[in-house]
Amino acid sequence: MTTLTVLPDVAVVRRRSNLDMLTVVVATVCSALVVLAILGPFLTPYPPAQTDILAASQGPSAQHLLGTDALGRDILSRLLAGARLSFAGPGLIVAVSTTAGTAIAIWSAWHGGLLDKGMNRVLDVMFAVPGILVAVLAAAVFGSGFWAPVLALSIVYIPYVARVVRSAAVRERRLPYVEACQLAGMRPSRICSRHILRNVAPIALAQGTIAFASALMDFAAISFLGLGVQPPVSEWGLMVSDGRSELLDGAAQQSLAAGAMVVLTVVAFNVLGERVSRRIGGNR
Amino acid sequence: MRQLPGPILHVIRTLAAAAGTMLAASFVIFVALALAPGDPVSQILGPRASDAQRAQMRDQLGLDDPVLVRYWHWLTGALRGDFGTSLTYREDVSALLEPRILTTALLVLMATILILLVGLSLGTLGGTSDRWRPAVNALVGLGVAIPGFIAGSALISLFAVRLGWFPTFGAGSGFTDRVWHLTLPAIALAMGWSAYVAQMTSAAVSEENKREHVLTARGRGISRASVFRRHVLLNASIPVLTASGLTVAGLVAGSVVVESVFAIDGLGSLLVKSVSSKDYAPVTAISMIIVAVFVIVTTTIDLAQVALDPRLRKQTR
Amino acid sequence: MTANDRSTGMPAEQASRQDLLLAIERLQVTLPPRRRGEARRTVIHDVSMQIAPGESLGVVGESGSGKSMTTRAVMRLLPQGASMTGRLDFDGQDVMGMSRRELSAYRGSQVGMIYQDPRAHTNPLRTLGDFLIEGVTLSGQMRRTEAEELACDLLRQVGVGDAGHRIRQYPHQLSGGLLQRVMIVMALMPSPRLVLADEPTTALDVTIQSEVMAILGEQIRERQCGLMFITHDLDLAAAVTDSLAVMYAGVVVETGPSDNLYSSPRHPYTAGLLASRPHSERVERPTAIPGRPLSAFEAGPGCVFASRCPFATQQCHEQRPALREVDGRNVACHRVEEFGADLTYQFKEAQ
Repeated sequence: MTTLTVLPDVAVVRRRSNLDMLTVVVATVCSALVVLAILGPFLTPYPPAQTDILAASQGPSAQHLLGTDALGRDILSRLLAGARLSFAGPGLIVAVSTTAGTAIAIWSAWHGGLLDKGMNRVLDVMFAVPGILVAVLAAAVFGSGFWAPVLALSIVYIPYVARVVRSAAVRERRLPYVEACQLAGMRPSRICSRHILRNVAPIALAQGTIAFASALMDFAAISFLGLGVQPPVSEWGLMVSDGRSELLDGAAQQSLAAGAMVVLTVVAFNVLGERVSRRIGGNR
Repeated sequence: MRQLPGPILHVIRTLAAAAGTMLAASFVIFVALALAPGDPVSQILGPRASDAQRAQMRDQLGLDDPVLVRYWHWLTGALRGDFGTSLTYREDVSALLEPRILTTALLVLMATILILLVGLSLGTLGGTSDRWRPAVNALVGLGVAIPGFIAGSALISLFAVRLGWFPTFGAGSGFTDRVWHLTLPAIALAMGWSAYVAQMTSAAVSEENKREHVLTARGRGISRASVFRRHVLLNASIPVLTASGLTVAGLVAGSVVVESVFAIDGLGSLLVKSVSSKDYAPVTAISMIIVAVFVIVTTTIDLAQVALDPRLRKQTR
Repeated sequence: MTANDRSTGMPAEQASRQDLLLAIERLQVTLPPRRRGEARRTVIHDVSMQIAPGESLGVVGESGSGKSMTTRAVMRLLPQGASMTGRLDFDGQDVMGMSRRELSAYRGSQVGMIYQDPRAHTNPLRTLGDFLIEGVTLSGQMRRTEAEELACDLLRQVGVGDAGHRIRQYPHQLSGGLLQRVMIVMALMPSPRLVLADEPTTALDVTIQSEVMAILGEQIRERQCGLMFITHDLDLAAAVTDSLAVMYAGVVVETGPSDNLYSSPRHPYTAGLLASRPHSERVERPTAIPGRPLSAFEAGPGCVFASRCPFATQQCHEQRPALREVDGRNVACHRVEEFGADLTYQFKEAQ
């Protein structure tokens, strides 16, 4: 008797355990970051705007755990204080675009036909338009500041959510229970809000989480370009930009610390969003 | 009248749609900027100019015409290659653009080569090898999370300042010097996008690998390499092509940020400078270039897909 | 189909292993667990079958009975992580021990496989001509022009007109029936000695099923090559093949000459399959087999069919019966001697 085991050559391992380690870890990191964004300004060891020319551009030390910037401000304090704006921008963007995107998606899926087709085409075009360009143009039109990039990116991110939710809503729309509700005399608005919305909400949420990560990168990039929030407020993208002159002198801590925070946040939210959407996919 | 053959009709239709998209985009951009608050006249003449001077300038610039008329003038000018005059540089926009287009084009080209090399090979590795998949996934997950301006700052810090292998800023002169200057920027620009392309490639390859027709081919005794080349790679190339197209289209916009990081005098940094000084003629022109590149690339991809996939050819008839 | 051929559906002692085209002995296939921490799933348990040169064997059973998995095992095309034990000889050669190169030659020139869904099993981006000739040209069996000529020739034989035009077309341009004929040609291209057909007509329209089946049967007979025909349709299998193996839950429950088995089944499951067919002349409710089909890993220690068998006793639930020779065939049932020749009728009565 021979035994032959087929070695896997292309296997996609799909674990369906209830909660794996990675999900727990990223969920914890994400919640910690959100808490930090809310409480950050109260946790700063120094006032984030306090300058100390005598202690400028110092490396990490016991007094300043992450060192100081060119004006002698404590980098850790500025990171903590900056978390609020760095999260508020993308948070607003995602709240607006997820709400609008979901609404548009359900509306479009409900009516179907030409309207849905046209909407799909519009979303396709919007999806491909670079967010940075729109945000830069918005700064040109409305001037730099917090609101121009938030407004621009809120619109830019609508298709990120709408495309995914739309396909889920179209699937939902075709299910027999929708017809049953209609026959029972339920108003379309009620079917959409009570049933379809409820069933696509997890998908919208997962997609919104991933969109948050992208929006955070774009928002920080606009600040970095000097077209978003203006100094002296502290924000991570701005800190990367502020740190450039010291970076050329070999003191990279400000740029790199702020950059690392952005990367950490983006990785955590990306992974969380992906895990959540995979879970939803697995349960279907 | 005889009907045109399907493929030709499809090409014409696609090109018409592309032209329409560009026209609509140019209109939106022009009107939005024309209606933007801020007075270009006081920007040129300074705050102490007399009202008569102002009125003359406004007339000279055609600012009192209705927006539609101004758009028409701009459009007819743009089609002849005349994008107006920059208020801050006091120079024709086309003259400003010319040298910068070359710089940005070289940067984008270098980044594209990097993205295709790294993204496709990494993606194929992740899509075919069980052993490498986790490592590739981790690398890709990190790569997509590093925006260009952070990648650029880190690269400058390490390779330019600490190791001194590359210059910290500028675009250089002469071809080799330019390539040397643009290496770090190209890597910074390529990082996130290579990860994206790798992700799409890996997904497409492992998806295609599971198809039944791949099983058929294996069941006919066709070698692994041949099955991969003839069935997996060919079919995966369609979604990969779409992703790559989106990438190249997005690169030009991405260069806006990366050029600022490395202080490269290209289209992107001119765009940011012009936006900051409310100099709208170059802003409109550069935005249109970005949109045009995007439209041209996606249209090419659309047509290439039809050429690759016989099922799409049927629908176009 | 000669009377002589039929006898080879008999167990191994009647035909020595050297004379057989395909000899499957005590084949067991397990799949990796669905979830971590669970046991491996057995899908084929202790299956033995033989096919003599030129013989056709029908493997019949409900979905999940392991019949498709058996063909996959013969091709060594099991899903990833699957493991098989037992013996699998093709023309006296040990298939399980084949090196990659030997396996490639075996798949490429000795066996041909026809699948259920021709559309999913052809690459939509490649022309049919390319699909037909790639097997023989890549392995160096034929030159391109030679292979194309053969492909056109075979296409004409299976009733595809305008072959020269067809080979430049893509799969989506053909109907399912036409595409399945192309699949038959694909399997016959290297002149194999054994053809495996896994429900080749199930995905087709009813009107063309019999036509495609007739074409397949004709080609197989002309070439005198062996056939392993997988189907859930006992009538069809009995009409086409020399011998039958009825599978249930990864186990062969009855095997023997087709007409013998078909006219007087001796295993309650075979009888149940026959009883549950809709009647062709009268409108009456067919006698369904109660319960749902099980997979091998769900079956208990007793007879795999015990939970659905109207005749099951205590012994049936506790002890797995082995195949025994009864009335010119092999049956795995404890009570087979008690049943008469009209088991189908008894089965209907018992319901």
